[in-house]
Amino acid sequence: MRNTAFPVFTHHVGVVVPLDRANVDTDQIIPKQFLKSIKRTGFGENLFDSWRYLDEGSIGKTDRVINPAFILNDPRYKDASILLARRNFGCGSSREHAVWAILQFGFRCVLAPSYADIFYNNSFNNGLLPVELEESIIDRLFIEASQSSPTTVSVDLPQQTIRSSAGIEATFDIDSTRKQRLLSGMDNIALTLEHKSLIEDFEVEHKQQMPWLFSD
Amino acid sequence: MGTRSDGLDLLYIDRHLLHEVTSPQAFEGLKIAHRQPWRRSSNLATVDHAIPTTDRSNGVSGILDPIAKEQVITLDQNCREFQIEYFDLLDERQGIVHVVGPEQGATLPGMTIVCGDSHTSTHGAFGALAHGIGTSEVEHVLATQCLVQQKSKNFKVEVTGSLGPGIYAKDLILALIRLIGTAGATGHTIEYTGSAIRKLSIEGRMTVCNMSIEGGARAGLIGVDDKLVEYLEKRPFAPKGAMWQRAVDYWFTLNSDSNAVYDQEQVLNVSEISPQVSWGTNPEMVVDIDATIPAPSDFEDANSSEIAERALKYMGLAPGMAVKDIQLDKVFIGSCTNSRIEDLREASKIVKGRKVASRLKGAYVVPGSGLVKRQAEREGLDEVFKNAGFEWREPGCSMCLAMNDDRLFPGERCASTSNRNFEGRQGHQGRTHLVSPATAAASAICGTLADVREFM
Ligand code: SF4
Repeated sequence: MRNTAFPVFTHHVGVVVPLDRANVDTDQIIPKQFLKSIKRTGFGENLFDSWRYLDEGSIGKTDRVINPAFILNDPRYKDASILLARRNFGCGSSREHAVWAILQFGFRCVLAPSYADIFYNNSFNNGLLPVELEESIIDRLFIEASQSSPTTVSVDLPQQTIRSSAGIEATFDIDSTRKQRLLSGMDNIALTLEHKSLIEDFEVEHKQQMPWLFSD
Repeated sequence: MGTRSDGLDLLYIDRHLLHEVTSPQAFEGLKIAHRQPWRRSSNLATVDHAIPTTDRSNGVSGILDPIAKEQVITLDQNCREFQIEYFDLLDERQGIVHVVGPEQGATLPGMTIVCGDSHTSTHGAFGALAHGIGTSEVEHVLATQCLVQQKSKNFKVEVTGSLGPGIYAKDLILALIRLIGTAGATGHTIEYTGSAIRKLSIEGRMTVCNMSIEGGARAGLIGVDDKLVEYLEKRPFAPKGAMWQRAVDYWFTLNSDSNAVYDQEQVLNVSEISPQVSWGTNPEMVVDIDATIPAPSDFEDANSSEIAERALKYMGLAPGMAVKDIQLDKVFIGSCTNSRIEDLREASKIVKGRKVASRLKGAYVVPGSGLVKRQAEREGLDEVFKNAGFEWREPGCSMCLAMNDDRLFPGERCASTSNRNFEGRQGHQGRTHLVSPATAAASAICGTLADVREFM
């Protein structure tokens, strides 16, 4: 059995790439043609595919035409591991492939003022930390990250703080159980199955009350 | 149901719906960990997203795209291996997962329902708590019958007034998203109430709940009434005989108290609304059919005008241009928002005796399920559409997300009854205008976005 479902997250220091668009949806993060894969890996290549490349992508296609105007292709950010984004990041489709693509590209952390619910939730099941920061802090980080020399941010999950190389400091809120999950990397299913008898007892009672829900 | 040792709440899941795109990695996870599904009979699977909508007589072997084919075969195998009830490509009950569940009576009031798809919110029209989930959660539900859940806040939407002629449930929900924005209900479950909701058919209510996610809500709910109970009676998965009566009695106890307190409230009067059309690249960018395209300067803050400017550029539209002058390349009637029998009936009324404009490169009707298709054929709707120049296809998601060959090519513009107008959603560089089935039908006849009221 897998003990940890993903690499644990405690601290991370990395270069920040500023993606200056609001409402980035999961169709943009990983376009539909890549969802035909039955694997859990190999999505990093096609993260933001229709923005990163000028030609239309498909699974396994190499020889791509790079879009030099897209921020991820800017040489300043080639080592970036923190994605700075605008409000309502990850809206739209529930595809967890979006989180896989972000992680497999090399990001460990997203900084944004707000996230769509399903994306936010999916992040914690894979070891990606979505940090929620006030809009004013995000604005300042955008300015800093857009300078000619890239900025790094240090994220401290236990302390719930971020600090940028130019000195922007902020704290962030995170639900304590979600935080714990990233820190421990525990297998979520194993955690639930510790309560096997609780589920079984509930099921017996539920079946008595609403037998029509059980065809077996 | 209970709280886990780490303090998170577990929600017991009554119904789990599966499809080919978000399940393979979950089944693989089960296999690696040597786990079995907790309660097989709670699961129901079908194929919809990646399959072709052209001739199916050869079944899976007729799928030309090798990667899509592998995905469908994987679902076939997983359902067989884990003994999960499955409507495969050749089964007449196959269709879009959110059309199939309700049609079968597999969606019942009071149930907790999940599916690895954000439009699971559709099932809330049945007084069920229904959420879209990610693939890790699909695996979790398969293995434990539970979902780890954070309680969401409540958002009451009261819809008053009456929909005028040519205005439908789709216009209602587009008008609402236009009002609250795409993140307006983030963190909330929407409960739709009010006389206009009561007057909607069950199909119309599904259309409304379906697009709750486009307003940011993970779930949308409508209380139980006689209309709903009548819809459910005698459906294959619905309870029968004495059990039916017992269930019905219970269902009527589920409705919210009249003095319930909500975290947010919104009232929408629909008596005065016009047919709604999206002009931009997210579902809050919506205008009336008889309006003009907005200018970036119409938006208050700098951020929103920038977003509008980018959307206009992507959509190839100029501010001030009349919506009804926008010329189309394709029209799509389908998707889990609008592919039920009622949708096809409304569209066919407009189409009857008319022809699709010659400038269109394609006009498609894709029924939501095999059973919808059969019903429509019984009523002769297929002939109405075909005579007008529409293609009459096999059921599936089709051009809603363009995972198969039904798609827009770069620069093409489509009036679509689906739910998302994101960049590239219907094909790389494709341009989508979200509309009701009747508006789509009228637009197909005109070759431009059209006001369906002029056809009545
Ligand atoms: S019809 Fe569209 S929105 Fe509905 S399930 Fe299929 S792809 Fe998703």
